[in-house]
Amino acid sequence: MPKKTIASFAVSRLEILDEQGQVDERLMPDLDDDDLVRMYRLMLLTRLFDQRALHLQREGRLGTYPSVLGQEASQVGSAFALHPGDWFFPAFRELGVFLTLGYPLSEIYQYWNGDERGLLCPENLHIFPICIAVGTHIPHAVGAAMAARCRGDGIAVACYFGDGGTSKGDFHEGLNMAGVFQAPVVFIIQNNQWAISVPRRRQTAATTLAQKAIAYGIPGIQVDGNDVLAVFQATRQALERARQGEGPSLIECETYRLADHTTADDARRYRDPEEVQRWQRRDPLLRLRRLLQRRGLWNDRLQVEAEEEIRRRLDRAVAREEATPPATVEDVFRYTYAELTPRQRRQLRELKHG
Amino acid sequence: MAEMNMVEAINLALREEMERDADVLVLGEDVGRDGGVFRVTDGLFERFGGERVIDTPLSESAIVGVAIGMAAYGLKPVAEIQFLGFIYGAMEQLFSHAARLRSRSRGQLHCPLVVRTPYGGGIKAPELHEESSEALFCHMPGLKVVVPATPRYAKALLQAAIRDPDPVIFLEPTRLYRLLREEVPAGDIPVELGRARIARAGGEVTLVAWGSMLEKALRAAEGFDAEVIDLMTLVPFDSETILASVEKTGRLVVVHEASQTAGFGAEIAATVAEEGIWFLKAPVRRVTGCDVVLPLPLLEDYNLPTAKQIAAAVEEVLAFD
Repeated sequence: MPKKTIASFAVSRLEILDEQGQVDERLMPDLDDDDLVRMYRLMLLTRLFDQRALHLQREGRLGTYPSVLGQEASQVGSAFALHPGDWFFPAFRELGVFLTLGYPLSEIYQYWNGDERGLLCPENLHIFPICIAVGTHIPHAVGAAMAARCRGDGIAVACYFGDGGTSKGDFHEGLNMAGVFQAPVVFIIQNNQWAISVPRRRQTAATTLAQKAIAYGIPGIQVDGNDVLAVFQATRQALERARQGEGPSLIECETYRLADHTTADDARRYRDPEEVQRWQRRDPLLRLRRLLQRRGLWNDRLQVEAEEEIRRRLDRAVAREEATPPATVEDVFRYTYAELTPRQRRQLRELKHG
Repeated sequence: MAEMNMVEAINLALREEMERDADVLVLGEDVGRDGGVFRVTDGLFERFGGERVIDTPLSESAIVGVAIGMAAYGLKPVAEIQFLGFIYGAMEQLFSHAARLRSRSRGQLHCPLVVRTPYGGGIKAPELHEESSEALFCHMPGLKVVVPATPRYAKALLQAAIRDPDPVIFLEPTRLYRLLREEVPAGDIPVELGRARIARAGGEVTLVAWGSMLEKALRAAEGFDAEVIDLMTLVPFDSETILASVEKTGRLVVVHEASQTAGFGAEIAATVAEEGIWFLKAPVRRVTGCDVVLPLPLLEDYNLPTAKQIAAAVEEVLAFD
């Protein structure tokens, strides 16, 4: 019996917008000028919000915070493709998605300042709470997607995690289950190259993270994660597939975390500064700005005005957050069970009255 | 009223709840066509179809994790883990997510799921098939822990667990699955989670037990003026019923098959020490499994408390005047 090839696979990569701001017109998504400007403004908002958060943390006005610097295109691009009814399952570094979906700015500061009330999602959005444990929310997204289909709701679910998340057992169990049940879910890997100090090549021996989809019988694609148009296009197609009942997809956004893992980390201990500089030249904001300028949609004056306007919004959000009265001790007890247990009632009474 | 064993009673509870509420669904490994390795879900697949009786991949973390997502979306999943010893791979889902979802979402989302699993010893099964690690779940706020001890209460408690808005770990004593038969009514059997019941009234000593130890405690109680409490819900547990009984009897023996150190018996003993020490005429005694890795079948009987050991503990506390 001769040995023969019974299956072979290819992995594709999508790039639309290059570093000089030129686009491949054949691949260009159906976005008008206003959309492109809105995308850029959202990326700028993400960057300035992030910058402000880092300043606040240094001033002792915010707790440990994970910067999103460099990943703005992966986040804004993918979130821009979501529909209002879709559900979004974040990890903990998805600031750009929250901002694109219209999450209140002050609540994001509130959460990172250690106040759980920041997780109170506005009623018109479907955002699961931030997941600090790595990769464990992947099965939840699959379950919600299966439930949506069971209910006959024509929505899709987007689940975000990092390259580190793909090393976890729940990544395998979740993707496997999604494939088996053809759940309407899109897995979005933000491959930012580092899981704290461990590089991507120590997360897996595989050439790409996108190819992991193959093992679960679902489509996978790698996109240039610093190219907002490629990210948008791939996500929109995957969400559409999900909504049409064609099952799950996996998207690897190849991007880079330019900042430390969190404000408690010092990336200089493990990272070559030349690598960081190389990625700085691939700044996702600069690319889109060059495209907008080429098309006469943006200039230095608009940039200054946009930055000023965003800074005023951030000022207001920080002021609102800092003026929020502290939560009460009842707030600690209220949400563990639907009703207080007899023991909780006694503990609460003791805390209040000594 | 039909006489049933515990497997049939749980099956009836699932069937009736699924008929009553279209949001209730069952998922787990082998729960569909096979009807579960103990036949607890027998006939449900034929009755409700593969959309509501879902055979999953062998994937404990995903079974619980997917159920969390379903519950958050608005369904009421009843997930089966084939044996309690297999749940350890899903502990992160239970602890980091099921228990905390209400809190993390400030009450906007909740997690009304039930995780059913056979547990406990006395069936001569392979490693990890007889674990009695209920105390692990009791220490994690946000979870409720329920253990039935008879067919009738298995049905009643499972109904209550499925209708409960919080995540419930529902531990089914494997040794009892086919050991006892009793009358089990059709339809709703009112019972409240968090309440214990007096399984046998008495005046001189209180025995507290749950799961398969209740049957042994009742046997041990014969010949004594002993009150036997079936705890039924471990979290939140009914300290009132225990304290009222100890006030009457002045003596307490707690029985569980789980290992002793940090077992749930310690919680009961500590509660009586804190709130009822003046009632006590004798030290509290615990009759428990040993602090050992659960032995394989040939040595298993050394570890499981016997009715004789329980009776000896009762005699010991009665000796104090």
